[in-house]
Amino acid sequence: MNSGRSHITDTASGRQRMMDRIFQVMTTGSAWLVLVVLVGIIVSLFIGGWQALAAFGPKFLVTDEWNPVTERFGALVPIYGTLVSSLIALLIAVPISFGIALFLTEVAPYWLRRPIGTAIELLAAIPSIIYGMWGLFVFAPVMSQHVQPWLQNHFGGAAYFGFLFQGAPLGIGMLPAGIILGIMIIPFITAIMRDVFATTPKFLKESAYAVGGTHWEVVWNVVLPYTRVGAVGGIFLGLGRALGETMAVTFVIGNTHRLSPSLFEPGNSIASTLANEFTEAVGDMHTSSLIALGLMLFLITFIVLSLAKFMLLSLESREGVKT
Amino acid sequence: MRSSTAMDWRYFRRRTVNIVSLSGSVLATAFGLFWLFWILWTTFSYGFSAFDWNMFQQNTPAPGSAGGLANAIVGSLIMVGLATAIGTPVGILAGTYLAEYGGRTFVASVIRFINDILLSAPSIIIGLFVYEMVVVSLGHFSALAGALALAIIMLPVVIRTTEEMLRLVPNTLREAALALGAPRWKMISLVAYRAALSGILTGVLLAIARIAGETAPLLFTALNNQFWSTNLMQPMANLPVVIFQFAMSPYKEWHALAWAGALLITLSVLALSIVARTLSRKARMEH
Repeated sequence: MNSGRSHITDTASGRQRMMDRIFQVMTTGSAWLVLVVLVGIIVSLFIGGWQALAAFGPKFLVTDEWNPVTERFGALVPIYGTLVSSLIALLIAVPISFGIALFLTEVAPYWLRRPIGTAIELLAAIPSIIYGMWGLFVFAPVMSQHVQPWLQNHFGGAAYFGFLFQGAPLGIGMLPAGIILGIMIIPFITAIMRDVFATTPKFLKESAYAVGGTHWEVVWNVVLPYTRVGAVGGIFLGLGRALGETMAVTFVIGNTHRLSPSLFEPGNSIASTLANEFTEAVGDMHTSSLIALGLMLFLITFIVLSLAKFMLLSLESREGVKT
Repeated sequence: MRSSTAMDWRYFRRRTVNIVSLSGSVLATAFGLFWLFWILWTTFSYGFSAFDWNMFQQNTPAPGSAGGLANAIVGSLIMVGLATAIGTPVGILAGTYLAEYGGRTFVASVIRFINDILLSAPSIIIGLFVYEMVVVSLGHFSALAGALALAIIMLPVVIRTTEEMLRLVPNTLREAALALGAPRWKMISLVAYRAALSGILTGVLLAIARIAGETAPLLFTALNNQFWSTNLMQPMANLPVVIFQFAMSPYKEWHALAWAGALLITLSVLALSIVARTLSRKARMEH
């Protein structure tokens, strides 16, 4: 009787132990999938792009030729386009995001903070293809009829940077692509800046107010120095997003494999080249070169996003020490 | 006397700098909102004028003729549904590992780090990856590959929110369950999950909102299909790629359909985000 009962509990607890084991293996396995995906991406892109990388070597990075007919490919034009369009995006998004984060953490009355914050976050929810269509059908005509002629008239003849605004005001090209990218990354940078600004200890800010600092002085001399690493991390996160953004750029960048100093001229980014050419690639070398381009893009964004993450982590760990 | 005017001037300057910079922040906010409203207004006005109930019944047309989006809508629903069915359980389990088992171990920190990077990684790269893994080995484009690409994009979002939400569950709840003799898996699935339910659901909804409009990863995986097809092993029509093709085409009829499709996607993404937001507010209030 007695032994029978303990036998039952033994099997029951044995079953529970087994379930525990299964559950733990399942969760651990799923978590490891993240690493499998990362390694899988790098290995598969490396294998896919090997033919091109082996054929062109390091010169792949500095050649501006992209010719499916002669099968000579170089990544310079797409890499240049990716970097320049992302740089324009940062020039627009960083000051604006800082301003919005400042508004949301210091200036706005409390009842206004949540609705405005939500609205800015909605910018990130809009799918990038919508940005692309809007950019092509609505924004590009405005650019070519109003903004670009104005820029050309005022800065086209400028001594050092006039060349940036030369050429036909087409409405599509590097500048419109950069502007749209800038709008797209505003919500990401704003969200991080807003979060890190909020981590500034209250007593620091209140001490500064107590000695008579203005709002601006408190932000510039207390909040910003305290959260600098995190704010830069947010900027890098936005940069990472801008580098890999595909559809919006594909619509407006012009998709031309030509290197030109003017921001009005059409160009190409890595992502837009992939989106346009991959399914229509002629021949293995073309496909392989495109995959090699994808590998470049992944490595660049991986580095940028890792830096962003490290900066944000260092702010977080400092916070841990403080409290 | 002189020193007091100097003081006045300094005070004036500091106040001016303050007012100018704070007005700058208001202008920056107005600038951000301006684009939001412009883009939404464009989508709504073009979208509604192209909207037509027939588009739910007809398939995508040949160039220059009238038609609908029925096959693309169904294709999108199938692929997003399949991606959710794959991505949600895996993501929740992985998030559970990070919150309940991994803790501060090295492996868990690395996984968390990589997951955060994959969260922001270019989606077109995921498309290339799935192309290399699935499309090349099967020899043709397929809806299955598209769903897989979307599932991979959704995964980091679900993992991250699941972990965050499980961390909000008070440890006393866990200890109470364990003290009653509940095995760990029962404690997690019956107590922790239940406490974090609305938060986890928020993550899933946000992830669906994210993949609903994804275009780039589908270009190389599901491709597109002009005809009605529900075969997972064949290319399948889907709203984002149809919108892309139609918008880039020179045909007026196609442009109109592209705008109608854009409106559908925007409305569903906005609805999902709003529901997710209300849920997450509820989730945070519970704790």
